Amino acid sequence: MTSIAMAADASVGRRRWPTHIVVFLAPAFLVYTLFSIYPLIDTIRLSLYGADETGQQSFIGIGNFVTLLTDPNWSKPFWNAFRNNLIFFAIHMVVQTSIGLALAALLSLPRLKGAGVYRTLLFMPTMLSVVIIGFIWQLILSPLWGISKGFLAALGLGSLFAPWLGQEGTALITVSLISVWQFVGIPMILIYAALINIPDDLIDAATVDGAPPFYVFWVIRLPLVYPTLGVVSILTFVGNFNAFDLIYAMKGAQAGPNGATDILGTFFYRTFFGYQLQAGNPTMGAAVATMMLFIIMVGVLFYLFGVQRKLQHHLA
Amino acid sequence: MPMVNRRVNVNRIAVHAALIFYTLIATFPIALVLINSMKSRSAIFGDPVALPTPSTFDLIGYQQVLEKADFVLYFGNSIVVTTVSLLLVLIAGAMAAWALGEYRFKGNTLVALYMAIGIMVPIRLGTVSILKMIVGMGLINTLTALILVYTAMGLPLAILILGEFMAQIPRDLREAARCDGVSEYRIFTAVILPLIRPAVATVAVFTMVPIWNDLWFPLILASGDGKQTITLGAQQFIGQYVTNWNAVLAALSLAIAPILILYVVFSRHLVRGLTMGAVK
Amino acid sequence: MTMRDERPRFSRTGALAATALALVTLMGGIAHAETTLTIESWRNDDADMWNKQILPAFMAKHPDIKVTFKGYPPTEYNAALNTELAGGTAADIITCRPFDASLDLYKKGYLTNLNDVPSMKNFSDVAKAAWQTDDGKDTFCMPMASVIHGFIYNKKIFDELGLTPPKTTKEFHAVLEKIKADGKYTPIALGTADQWEAATMGFQNIGPDYWKGEAGRKALIAGKEKFTDKPYVDVFKELASWGPFMGDGYQAQKYPDTQNLFSLGRAAIYPAGSWDIPLFEQTKDLSFDAFPPPQPDGTDKCYISDHVDIGMGVNAKSKNPDAAKTFIDWVGSAEFAGLYANALPGFFPLTQEAVEIKDPVAQTFVGWRKNCESTIRNSYQILSRGTPNLENELWAVSANVLNGTQTPEAAAEQLQKGLDGWYKPAK
Repeated sequence: MTSIAMAADASVGRRRWPTHIVVFLAPAFLVYTLFSIYPLIDTIRLSLYGADETGQQSFIGIGNFVTLLTDPNWSKPFWNAFRNNLIFFAIHMVVQTSIGLALAALLSLPRLKGAGVYRTLLFMPTMLSVVIIGFIWQLILSPLWGISKGFLAALGLGSLFAPWLGQEGTALITVSLISVWQFVGIPMILIYAALINIPDDLIDAATVDGAPPFYVFWVIRLPLVYPTLGVVSILTFVGNFNAFDLIYAMKGAQAGPNGATDILGTFFYRTFFGYQLQAGNPTMGAAVATMMLFIIMVGVLFYLFGVQRKLQHHLA
Repeated sequence: MPMVNRRVNVNRIAVHAALIFYTLIATFPIALVLINSMKSRSAIFGDPVALPTPSTFDLIGYQQVLEKADFVLYFGNSIVVTTVSLLLVLIAGAMAAWALGEYRFKGNTLVALYMAIGIMVPIRLGTVSILKMIVGMGLINTLTALILVYTAMGLPLAILILGEFMAQIPRDLREAARCDGVSEYRIFTAVILPLIRPAVATVAVFTMVPIWNDLWFPLILASGDGKQTITLGAQQFIGQYVTNWNAVLAALSLAIAPILILYVVFSRHLVRGLTMGAVK
Repeated sequence: MTMRDERPRFSRTGALAATALALVTLMGGIAHAETTLTIESWRNDDADMWNKQILPAFMAKHPDIKVTFKGYPPTEYNAALNTELAGGTAADIITCRPFDASLDLYKKGYLTNLNDVPSMKNFSDVAKAAWQTDDGKDTFCMPMASVIHGFIYNKKIFDELGLTPPKTTKEFHAVLEKIKADGKYTPIALGTADQWEAATMGFQNIGPDYWKGEAGRKALIAGKEKFTDKPYVDVFKELASWGPFMGDGYQAQKYPDTQNLFSLGRAAIYPAGSWDIPLFEQTKDLSFDAFPPPQPDGTDKCYISDHVDIGMGVNAKSKNPDAAKTFIDWVGSAEFAGLYANALPGFFPLTQEAVEIKDPVAQTFVGWRKNCESTIRNSYQILSRGTPNLENELWAVSANVLNGTQTPEAAAEQLQKGLDGWYKPAK
């Protein structure tokens, strides 16, 4: 069947100029190239330029990158942002993926009553704008409004309360967990979809053999969703290294206290557009953006050629 | 036998307890906003977790919001931008996914990779060039500008999801049509499009949410003259009346409600689309 | 539905303009085409005031010019403005931040030179300095208003606890101790989550008394004083002593939280900028007044931070440069100053013409000008041009000092080291 189809395709292709392919591809290709790829290339181009105080730009090669990586005024905040971004990502990978996996595992139990309702409710935070999320969580954690304080006090843990969003040691973790709270729906729904796609006979066979449910999950179902976990990881990586809105909404562009919540997105924003008395520096900002592109590319390539290969081996 | 039954029941109760616990974590903050938006100022501060009672019930926040900001207009703008972008993403995305998945041609893989870059790279990094282009086209401060940018932004993921989905459609269907001499366009519109309907919900959720919630491009491309989207309108309103919690909570509720309603409508299809093999 | 095409309107305006032009030629220049100007500002809070009070007054005098006001949230203004200027879509009239942020725009050719605007003569050199080139030859924004720092206090709480506004730092601390001992109220309403309050309401508020206002500010620029000198370290030391008197969890307290804390009557003293006055005035049952920064021991002369904060310039790419200049000229007039100062008590006119201020608390603030010497924030002129940016650093270290995570000495050293990295004072 497949070989016939391929032959048919090939003959279609050989017979005449494939206008229909062009027609099918053109709209997406054009809009995407014009409004996505071209601006990005233009940004990379800009990163190779410098500007004098009148805004006149001139080509300076990799000068911006040298400054960014060697001048302590630039390299210190850059590496600080990079390190924070790694922590941000690590927290997402550990907390978000495990909660997502646990919820998906529970939801996918056969004959679970109310699964649809849970699913709908659990996914809700993912639908909301960070403007809203940031504001809500600030209220909840605010020492002034006292909701989280009241909760802890009710549990007899009142002394544990601290202004988490305002302390250098806890601010980044707090912001990361809020972001996890918002986005946990995505790994949950993806893993859930993969889990319920596993043919029932595989699980039935094991269950009939008398295997306990946990064993069935760890040994039979989990390995089958490894590829989905791979997709989840890479989506999380890309999302986290592009993140900006939530930290901007909650901690402002300076991402305090003392740069404790500064990630690459906020660092880029400050450099590119300026902040308060700091003038914007589009060319340096473009260099930061290009570095972000580079970091993301490295991560994606590592995934494609390292992780995904292994997964395919594992499955084969 | 009864032993086993009881164990199953205990397990089930534990499962529900765990799910209910996390559902509370997920929904409590949202409920908090909705509840407090209907209370008087002193009650918001006095006992934030209490439900509104006849004595604390107060819609002053909503009244102020509706007086001071044109939320109906903002809502309309958001609806237009989101639905038109979504339609374009779906149509153009389905066409491209079909071309890439169905036909073998030179550079197929290259084009597929090229279209996938957008999943990895945030379009925001190219803001200044986008703005220059939009100005050049005379589209500044129009909803069209937003629609174009969002379409470009949504396409890569849509192509991926729809492509995976189309791969599941049995080959016999289109081959039968081809043997009957049906044109490629007709195969696409008459055979393929109806079959990918379940995937539409998935694409819709993944495309609509970022568009509806985006703050950046509305701020840069269409921030004035009644062209604000509801997210920008809410942000501007919060910025302006930040200490007036009645009004802010009411504004937040008004911004939350529509997307939640849309989601509840779509959510059943979302999982169906996913499980039919979209993202793996 | 809101996608209605823009073009018909443009062409209609175009047609109108053409007709009007014909009329003008015919009638010898009596009629003008109606032009529309847009103002862009970070003061989105003031939108109502502009639309209802100020702009109608202008348009009554100039029926041929229609002006609209577009406000951004303050935190998004710089980014939005820079992008729009780069893209050529910024408004005709641009609200100017003082000193380098606007100077940068002028140097890049985004702002028009305003030397020839007649009402510019109403302003002193000090007021204009915020929007001039370093040589003082070119002015590019019309000065509008300054803001004064001080301390707002809750009169009811002061009466209840039998307190009087403190005059010296010693008295200030005695008052704080008493409020704390009573336990019902937070002594100081101030948070560090947004960082800028720490620098602005803290460091720049009490600092001028220590570094002797303009003398110290100029000495810093000349390189004759350093942040590591005693006066500056002492300011940080004073700030460090505030920590115990600030609200529970002040590290996560944001600016609006602080405003709420004070306006709900839960805090006694609010280190303020005069721009806070209108907000507190809207709060029912809040009776408040202000006192100037308490004098440190061993000083007799008082200095206040009377900071030139806001001006207006003309976008060099404006399509209606003449109408824009007409408007800017009016912004320099005594009429505008009176309207603005009374619509927004707490923004004080910079004009040399007499302006009557009606609000009592605003009067208190502006009254300090009589006995104290005015100065502006020392991080604004010249010193925030380089990397690391002094103002941003100042926010961070002031918050650190208040949080107790950095010593006053270390904070001062960080500022000076950053400055030394790029700033070479003129000899």
